Amino acid sequence: MNVLVLLHTDERGALGRGALEAVGVAAGLGLPVTVGIVGESVQAAADSLAGLGAAAVFGVEGAEFGSARYSTDAAAAEAICRAADGCGLVVAPGTSRWMRALPGVAQRVGARVDSHVVGLAADGSGAMVARRWVYRNRMEAAVTRPTPWMVLLDSGAGAAWSGPNGAVEVQRSTVDVLSSRTEVLRVESPQADQQTIRPEAKLLMVAGAGWTKKQKDGQTHVPEASELIQDLLRLTGASLGSSKSLVDLGSEGESVLPFLTHMHQVGQTGSSPRHAKGLATCCHGEEPHVVGWRFVNERRAVNLDANCGWGRKKADVLYVADAFEVAREIRKLLGA
Amino acid sequence: MSFQIVVCGGIAPDPLQTLEPVAGPALKNEMMLPAVLDPWGSHALYEAAHLAKQFPGSRVVLVSMSPRSKLQQVLMTVAQKVAFELVAVDGPSNGFTDSAAVAEVLAAAIEEIAGLDKSKLIVSGGWESATRGSGTTMQMVGERLGITEQFQGVDELRVVDGGGFEIVERLEGGKRQVSRCSGAPMVLGWATGNLPEPANQPQVGMANMRVIMPALQKARPAGAVAVPEYRSVTLPGVQRDTRIVRDLSPAEIAKEIVEWINS
Repeated sequence: MNVLVLLHTDERGALGRGALEAVGVAAGLGLPVTVGIVGESVQAAADSLAGLGAAAVFGVEGAEFGSARYSTDAAAAEAICRAADGCGLVVAPGTSRWMRALPGVAQRVGARVDSHVVGLAADGSGAMVARRWVYRNRMEAAVTRPTPWMVLLDSGAGAAWSGPNGAVEVQRSTVDVLSSRTEVLRVESPQADQQTIRPEAKLLMVAGAGWTKKQKDGQTHVPEASELIQDLLRLTGASLGSSKSLVDLGSEGESVLPFLTHMHQVGQTGSSPRHAKGLATCCHGEEPHVVGWRFVNERRAVNLDANCGWGRKKADVLYVADAFEVAREIRKLLGA
Repeated sequence: MSFQIVVCGGIAPDPLQTLEPVAGPALKNEMMLPAVLDPWGSHALYEAAHLAKQFPGSRVVLVSMSPRSKLQQVLMTVAQKVAFELVAVDGPSNGFTDSAAVAEVLAAAIEEIAGLDKSKLIVSGGWESATRGSGTTMQMVGERLGITEQFQGVDELRVVDGGGFEIVERLEGGKRQVSRCSGAPMVLGWATGNLPEPANQPQVGMANMRVIMPALQKARPAGAVAVPEYRSVTLPGVQRDTRIVRDLSPAEIAKEIVEWINS
């Protein structure tokens, strides 16, 4: 069986970390590897994989493939899958771009698809087995499928591949994109100093609903909470997460932290970020939130309630304390 | 201008319930667990109702493959929030079924909706479920219906002057992509959206139940829904031995936390 690693270039025209991790996982399977790349221009990305020794490299390129769009991405990926006929296993990074397009491609080429895969390896019988989480990280499943099978990997599923650059011959396919009715207008990024979601950060800092509740003096202190949290994010370089209850307060008309959106939500209806450490503040640690911490290894929490969820074997350390007071002291120590 | 909005949404165990896998695989006491309409599917339903309200003559149809009796319980609550029609398929709604098989059932159910005008069709649902959580089903439903304008992780849908839509999708790292689509048909996999959960409205519930109960009675069985070959399904093994610290001053705690962050 051959493996097709299906990749796309990033905004720099290069292969992102997720793409290189997918290459690393595919290379580690011990099977012949074929590469497919989609992007505005694919030659530089292909050349960066020269050391892989791929059996073949297929590409679809052009200005219309510079942006992520279902119709064009699906057409391009389908073309590569068909050109690489005979590759029973397709491995791809689970980026937002591929998560949007590749399940539809699987439908077109008659493949089964599994996503959010965190491990892929052959078992004792030689069958490929993928490990993925179900019920929002509450249980882990090991699954195997007949080919053709498409596997979308979560970030961190394997070590990023690295190797020497060189000249690689790309077999290019032409794709008809005349039928697309979608135009990508823009990508909106938070300004650098307002960027609070930082996937590469070592620390996740979660702000819970307690920050906006009445404090010891019977008053709320939302402006100070906002300032403290932003200061800590700036001083530690942490990525900000939140619980659903805090994010929802905004839509219920209560005073909220102005920089929080649903995109910060961690848990059952939010994200499951990957950071080495996590610090929860003013957050109860209920199960629907904590399922989003599955990939956070070291966990500490600050909460006034010793009986909160974090104290029930969900955190390594629970500090029973006022998060405002602790945050002020941390800020002082870090030199603000 | 009006739309025909089909929302795909199954049911999921209440997030506060403890889940345990058993052979099959299946959930232990699955039929006894309190259930809710899948959270992201719920967002899709609320957004659909919001859009339909702005464009008179629009229609919202919830298509759900779920065990019929459990779905009936869940809809007693959901039906009080927004107005919709129901197409029910009596089948599994757990996290172990194959998304391609589920997509096949859902697409077939959508094709059978009486009076469906595909030129006005918006197929929506959660971008992932709280059960399988694969984020792959809606794309395959769309493909089966021949819809190639698809959007995932949708947080906002705006109808623009002169027709068409602007769609805001989530990307990595807090970024968002804004696209313009010339119009229906299209597929939307909703993330959280922007709307709060609507308040219960008993009069909406009473009107809904007049069409929902007959639809539940007519729910056709899904038959056998394919399941991948599972080698194992297990609960995570890590249990933390939590150290609860009650007797340190804020300054001492801060010092410990800073040392830990920097270690």
